[in-house]
Amino acid sequence: MGFKLDAKIPAGELAQKWSNHKAAIRVVSPANKRKLDIIIVGTGLGGASAAASLGELGYNVKVFCIQDSPRRAHSIAAQGGINAAKNYQNDNDSVYRLFYDTIKGGDYRAREANVYRLAEVSNLIIDQCVAQGVPFAREYGGLLANRSFGGAQVSRTFYARGQTGQQLLLGAYAALNKEIAAGSVKSYPRHEMLDLVIEDGEARGIIARNLVTGEIERFGAHAVVIATGGYGNVFFLSTNAMASNGSAAFQCYRKGAGFANPCFTQIHPTCIPKHGDQQSKLTLMSESLRNDGRIWVPKKLEDVKALRAGQKQPSEIAEEDRDYYLERRYPAFGNLVPRDVASRAAKERCDAGFGVNETGLAVFLDFKTAIERLGKDIIKQRYGNLFDMYEEITDVSPYEQPMQIFPAVHYTMGGIWVDYNLMTTIPGLYAIGEANFSDHGANRLGASALMQGLADGYFVLPYTIGDYLSHKIQAPKVKTDTPAFDEAEKGVREKIEKLLSINGKQSVDDIHKRLGNIMWEYVGMARSKESLEKAIAEIQALRKEFWQDVKVVGRADDFNVELEKALRLVDFLELGELMARDALIREESCGGHFRVEHQTEEGEAKRDDENFVYAAVWEYKGPDQAPELTKEPLNFEFVHPAQRNYKD
Amino acid sequence: MNFTLKIWRQKDAKSKGAFETYEVENISADTSFLEMLDILNNNLVHAGKEPVAFDHDCREGICGMCSLHIDGQAHGPSQGATTCQIYMRKFEDGATITIEPWRSAAFPVIKDLVVNRSAYDQILQAGGFVSVRTNSVPDANAIPIPKADADESMDAASCIGCGACAATCKNGSAMLFVAARVSSLAKLPQGRVEAARRAKAMVAKMDELGFGNCTNTGACQAECPKSISIAHIARLNREFLAAKLED
Repeated sequence: MGFKLDAKIPAGELAQKWSNHKAAIRVVSPANKRKLDIIIVGTGLGGASAAASLGELGYNVKVFCIQDSPRRAHSIAAQGGINAAKNYQNDNDSVYRLFYDTIKGGDYRAREANVYRLAEVSNLIIDQCVAQGVPFAREYGGLLANRSFGGAQVSRTFYARGQTGQQLLLGAYAALNKEIAAGSVKSYPRHEMLDLVIEDGEARGIIARNLVTGEIERFGAHAVVIATGGYGNVFFLSTNAMASNGSAAFQCYRKGAGFANPCFTQIHPTCIPKHGDQQSKLTLMSESLRNDGRIWVPKKLEDVKALRAGQKQPSEIAEEDRDYYLERRYPAFGNLVPRDVASRAAKERCDAGFGVNETGLAVFLDFKTAIERLGKDIIKQRYGNLFDMYEEITDVSPYEQPMQIFPAVHYTMGGIWVDYNLMTTIPGLYAIGEANFSDHGANRLGASALMQGLADGYFVLPYTIGDYLSHKIQAPKVKTDTPAFDEAEKGVREKIEKLLSINGKQSVDDIHKRLGNIMWEYVGMARSKESLEKAIAEIQALRKEFWQDVKVVGRADDFNVELEKALRLVDFLELGELMARDALIREESCGGHFRVEHQTEEGEAKRDDENFVYAAVWEYKGPDQAPELTKEPLNFEFVHPAQRNYKD
Repeated sequence: MNFTLKIWRQKDAKSKGAFETYEVENISADTSFLEMLDILNNNLVHAGKEPVAFDHDCREGICGMCSLHIDGQAHGPSQGATTCQIYMRKFEDGATITIEPWRSAAFPVIKDLVVNRSAYDQILQAGGFVSVRTNSVPDANAIPIPKADADESMDAASCIGCGACAATCKNGSAMLFVAARVSSLAKLPQGRVEAARRAKAMVAKMDELGFGNCTNTGACQAECPKSISIAHIARLNREFLAAKLED
């Protein structure tokens, strides 16, 4: 059994693949587009840009989001920027270099063809966003400004202060509004997808819950697009928004969509350290800060002790007593190494006892040198809002003392398996943006998530979905009064009733926190066979406990946040185990996946290209059954996987 | 720290609401305001009671989902910050804190502290966009834009659509929200093409949805969590007048 995976990578030279493919796939005539319905779940950069673009093309689009407005999707929180290979800085950037940096940054665990296409369309994205009125930062000559990001030696990141995600989303949301006004897109805010409906082996619609009234509603379409982001909140504490969840993606998996590389999790190096156990959320400090900030811990343990006791301020520690460990270990990239490398290096110093706060889980990000070099005003211009936010949260001014930072869960590279057309293993079901697995391999570079969401939504899906829909031009409107819809709705209703009837002793958050602790402890930054086996056993036990002891108050037919959270936790409890299983079979270290058994003498991730150059695609086999693994081999025709080197 | 909370509870849009009083204890000064509500809600769930419904999501002050009048102030006591970015060290230990939903005719209460802000979406759908199709655009550097204009456009574009301006205004006016969008696009050459149509359509929609008129009290600017200036309202008025004169 297992999947028969066909990634549908076009033949030919790397640079020609996408052009050849576009020329070869079918298109749908305007008259026929009007007859076809598409459901898009999620309104972040991927979902909003796809909905707007497909609406413009003339399809009938229904778009769903769980927030009160499409503009709230979590893409909005991305701070630093978006990459593109414009080479406006004349620093010898190119499509090839962006491709190469991305595939290398992902530790050679992504498809060459997908990543090349991403780099290729990156330039179109910037053009598109500027035309929409996105106020990117500019130089005095009136042209666009750029900055540097981790994992690159060129300046190719476009930005809008520290609010790039917000501005790009407002652009996509505006495009979406234009189509809503034109009548081609219908928006369903405060709606949550609770199941995928399949008929004759093809995606035919969704079951959604109206979060205001609690009504269970049916929606049919000729194709369904999942654009619901990542599942980082399985860790409870992460930089994801509170309502970000993996449930839509997980329903697809339960209905037969392959789920790829679930263990590939990005731990972002620059977050504000945890302050106590009543915390609900971790706050990210943009990677852009690493342009000018220098990361260090004291060289001497006695200074660490004095810092923790509050007897010394960080600014009082002499230059020669500071260990700028990223600059020491990685001279070529310094503070701008990729996120996985920076996070592990912070953990290494803290494990060695050099953590600078009372919990021992923090390092410094210092702007002293930059303020001396550039002046406070320029630093304020560049990072003012981030500095203010940091001071609000911690009561410490980064102009006076260095920031304290520590790694936190941020992004999931894993997701629903898709082919080159972004179609899942279920015909008619697509996944875009963070919800799919395709482009970032085992580690995503900074400023590349925005790029991928918009690439998929504006420039890839609108073409590739036509290839599938061209076979549906004779298909009638999808009816929702069929046995498949009946059964899906019944399943959803039973699950809700069950949750409300348990009436146990632990709240949803109580159990979610416990799941988060298991995940962080055993499936976090350092994983081992032992820790992963422990995680699987503990998650299984916790899942059992959940179904016996959770307390969900309120009613089904009402605005009920506890029920929403419970439904999401049901899936997190499954996803956590799937992540641990995936991490267990991947007996190598690559990107964000670090197996302690597999490291170089210097403590760097040690890949195993003999045995693990594949995407691990998991197939659901039923409740409490072990999922089945199918491997999609990754063929490197054009680049040769090498040990990542950020040293020279 | 310990607090007494007077919170507006309302079953649904049709029911009449009322304040209820709750106590929370042993709250760390580093706890955020919404984490404090999370703690209250967890206590309520354990007691078998319905938790307080409130809107929130990113908890980083950018998504615009959180709201709340805290002691009568939109987004609470901090200047230039959303409710999710307020920390309990801003309050006196032992304080009584009053928490209400947005009070605005255009934002009806859905439940407890949750309101319906879809009117803002509708205003933007009336014209808050540049009508460009995907891929039908010139090179990004084809149109140089003076840095000062781009910066001003960005100032206005930092509006998060939270609704504090209309909820604070004694007239229930959405002028600051509308002005932010109109002004952001009016400062850019891309947005000039449709500037007149946009200003008229958005103002007309705002009036149609029952928002009040602006009488320049400046309360919106004072309570805006993104400190958006009422200078943008002046620009909106200019744009609107110019558009009307063209008619």
